[in-house]
Amino acid sequence: MSTDARTTVLEARDLTKRYRMGEVEVVALAGVDLELVEGELLVLLGASGSGKSTLVNILGGLDTATSGHLAYRGQDLTDADEDDLTAYRRRHVGFVFQFYNLIPSLTARENVALVTEIADDPMDPVEALTLVGLGERLDHFPAQLSGGEQQRVAVARAVAKRPDVLLCDEPTGALDFATGIKVLAVLERVNRELGTTTVIITHNAPIAAIAERVITLADGRIAGTTRPATRLRPEEVRW
Amino acid sequence: MSMLERKLVRDLVRLKGQVATIAIVLACGIMAMVMLRSTYGSLLEARDAYYADYRFGDVFARVQRAPDAIALRLEAIPGVARAYPRVVEDVMVPLADDPDPVAGRIVSIPDIGEPPLCALYLRAGRLPQAGTKDEIVILEQFATARNIGPGDALPVVMNGRLRNLRVVGIALSPEYVLALSGRDAVADVSRFVVMWMPRSAVAPPYLMDGAFNDVVVQLEPGASEPAVLAAVDTELARYGGFHAVGRDKQMSNYALSGELEQLASLALILPIIFLAVAAFLVNVVVSRLVFLERVQIAVLKALGFTNGRIARHYLGLVALIVGIAAVLGLATGAWAGAWMSGIYAAFYRFPKPAHHLSLALAAGTVAIGLVAAIAGALGAVLRVARMPPAEAMRPPTPLSYRRSLLERLGLSSLIGASATMVVREIVRRPVRFLFSTVGIAMGVSIVIMGRFSLDSFDRVFDDQFVREQQEDLIVGLDRARPARAVREMAHIPGVLTAEGQRMVPVRFRAGARYRDSALFGMPDPPVLRHLLDHGTVPVTPPTDGVLMTDQLAEDLGLAVGDPVDVEILEGDWATRTLVVSGLIDETFGLQAYARSEWLDRFVRSEPRVTTVLLKVEADRADAVRARLKEMPAVVGVTSTQRIIDNYRKQTGETMLTITIILTLSAAAIAVGVVYNNARIALSMRGRDLATLRVLGFTRREISSVLLGELGVQVLLGVPLGLYLGYWLARMFAAAVDPEFMRFPLYIAPRTYALAAAVALIAGVISALLVRRKLDRLDLVAVLKASE
Repeated sequence: MSTDARTTVLEARDLTKRYRMGEVEVVALAGVDLELVEGELLVLLGASGSGKSTLVNILGGLDTATSGHLAYRGQDLTDADEDDLTAYRRRHVGFVFQFYNLIPSLTARENVALVTEIADDPMDPVEALTLVGLGERLDHFPAQLSGGEQQRVAVARAVAKRPDVLLCDEPTGALDFATGIKVLAVLERVNRELGTTTVIITHNAPIAAIAERVITLADGRIAGTTRPATRLRPEEVRW
Repeated sequence: MSMLERKLVRDLVRLKGQVATIAIVLACGIMAMVMLRSTYGSLLEARDAYYADYRFGDVFARVQRAPDAIALRLEAIPGVARAYPRVVEDVMVPLADDPDPVAGRIVSIPDIGEPPLCALYLRAGRLPQAGTKDEIVILEQFATARNIGPGDALPVVMNGRLRNLRVVGIALSPEYVLALSGRDAVADVSRFVVMWMPRSAVAPPYLMDGAFNDVVVQLEPGASEPAVLAAVDTELARYGGFHAVGRDKQMSNYALSGELEQLASLALILPIIFLAVAAFLVNVVVSRLVFLERVQIAVLKALGFTNGRIARHYLGLVALIVGIAAVLGLATGAWAGAWMSGIYAAFYRFPKPAHHLSLALAAGTVAIGLVAAIAGALGAVLRVARMPPAEAMRPPTPLSYRRSLLERLGLSSLIGASATMVVREIVRRPVRFLFSTVGIAMGVSIVIMGRFSLDSFDRVFDDQFVREQQEDLIVGLDRARPARAVREMAHIPGVLTAEGQRMVPVRFRAGARYRDSALFGMPDPPVLRHLLDHGTVPVTPPTDGVLMTDQLAEDLGLAVGDPVDVEILEGDWATRTLVVSGLIDETFGLQAYARSEWLDRFVRSEPRVTTVLLKVEADRADAVRARLKEMPAVVGVTSTQRIIDNYRKQTGETMLTITIILTLSAAAIAVGVVYNNARIALSMRGRDLATLRVLGFTRREISSVLLGELGVQVLLGVPLGLYLGYWLARMFAAAVDPEFMRFPLYIAPRTYALAAAVALIAGVISALLVRRKLDRLDLVAVLKASE
């Protein structure tokens, strides 16, 4: 698959995920092979129901596969239990969600500090917030921030622990165009400056133009892999 | 079933944990109210019917010896409907199978027909036949305790002569609902027997032919009791009259009234606590439900459901909770009421002690529970009505938080982000936090309220019998006997020390105020019985004048150095003046102490004693008792150890049951508050917690965020509850008639410990229940949903 010379961070082999929804068995993933390499910016494209969120949840240790194998830097996570997965998330994975999921009772700085308290080698919360352009709004509560600002706090919170992998599930899904671009710019900057392996899930095809590699999912399978000939900067993306 | 009704049922099933905990707290309230009110009502009804049907007297007087003709003069007093003269004598009953003599009282009844007042309720056998000299009817309490029935014989020492009397009937009397002899601190039904005997049989041994020494008066409706009391005193004064008392001071009725009063206030306070907590819990849970279902509410409104219909839907949930609580509470309340009435019936005897739970009480209690629950839900339900459909459909905005004062002072940098979340959650909903804390405190206070009276009595017993009273046996004499009785008893082999005491009945008068009291003559120095001020500081009576209890001095408006008139109700029946030389703070009673020589001089008599205290060798105690039993002047022998044992036996089982009931109730409150708060916090903040889990927080770490607030509530609620319990106990203690006893409020450390432990353990159990939910938190699902 990948011919990249860089170290493989995450390796998935033949991942499947089936679950029952009432009377019906849903096949969310039907055998996915995937490797993520260090410093890569990957976009996962797909219609809703294509299995992209399921894949990212499994990669991030939020969910487990029905069958198949998953390894992080050679360490097998296939049969990891709840505590192992918690430790894995805690040390290596950063998440950004569509609905930000900030803690409303904590300020921007404190939301970031929440993570730095439990991380081994974290950034300073102020540094992380400055990185996402919120150096001036450190002491605002989520209720006092716009949607885009809240999402940038979420990004800062995700990167502040210097994760190896940053997983973003529809990070611009709840945002308007201009704000969405700002958030993408922040993600791109994190990827470039910190070298964090970044996966962005979107159903919004134009966003794929900022990726190093684009994987399209359909019906729980990888339908195609492309490497854009020319990568756009986030500011150049239009949709 | 309409769709909304179906939703209601499903909500009920979904919220089963919370519904159950609230229903249990509410059920506790209903149970407490039903139990206490039905017991109170049954006792009151039984008493009133008993007093009316068996013509309980209104005024009671004792006299040395008055000719029967005086009874007619008493009947002529305006307001008096009837005066019933009797002969009443205290006697000794030396039962063969008991080492100590039992105290007895013989009460005359007419030779023919029923007593016109204070009639007997014959439980078994018959009344004595006219002309017989040895037939008696005895009080049921004693008969049951001693397993004595008609046909059995009872040895009785009447005026120095041992007689064998035949029991022909077993009866109850409104005068002895509680069998109190007036000699012992604690009622012991097996050691006091009232015997009714035809007057023609009682009078001769006591030289009371054609005379009486006790009179019961019935008043006409609307008569002035004080006026009658004064007139009776005047009529009887010449014959050595002790002062007449009204029903309120009649011993059995006085005890019964006190008990009823206590019951009534308990029946008020306990249900209020439970209902308040239940209302609060309903409020918390329904508010949250309405908040979480605001989209559904908006949809229902959009579909055309009226505000009233939707409000009724949520009130329906409340009504269902009340329904469950009603079934639980009424069933347990009826059972507990019957149990409690049974306990009362063991001490307070009525002809028909039926415990009954009226439909009105049951319905009224459930109605009060319903009102409390609806009051709790009202705010949330009104919010439903006010909620505009469009707003409810908008996406959720983050809740507003602010920094607390403490944090502005730099606290948050010290305590970390998790603790900061806890603090802000508290600051955001201070009222709910306060109510939760108070709720837990109420649970804690209930345990203390249930146990403080027994703790206090334990303390009184310790003071009284361990420190003040060093004697083993208290020997009561039939009347004031020459002091050589003490020397005689001192010579009984096995007696180590004998100490005499004299008790002179008196009435103190200071201006218009008066109190019937007793003057005690104490040896100087005392060996066996010490006077202790405040239960600790030893004091001795002055060389001149008397030492008066604080309460008596207060009632009479006297201070140290004041003179006071004393009517001496024996001997020369003179009125003299003495000086209050000192005050003493004692738990029980209205009395004064003097040195025995001083008292003998004061009443112008040779040295006499009415009670002899004995310290005996342990292995010869039985021999000493056997000797005492043979002494005609002895009317009663009380062993201090037996008083203590008897008290512990009487209270032990009751105490255990009460402790269990109250502990469970307190636990129900604590679990109700903690569990519901935790569940609500979980549903309101499940998303935050799931986020934390995603960020890599362990289950233990997010538990501490969620349960931290609850921990703070419990930790604040416990000390608050201990104080609240103390405060409520003090209120109850203040309600005890200080003329009977100055209630020495004491709460044992183990009671505080139990109360605190109940809340802590309930908190931990609730936390574990919620922790299970936390562990099963579905991270993906919580984060997917937009709220």
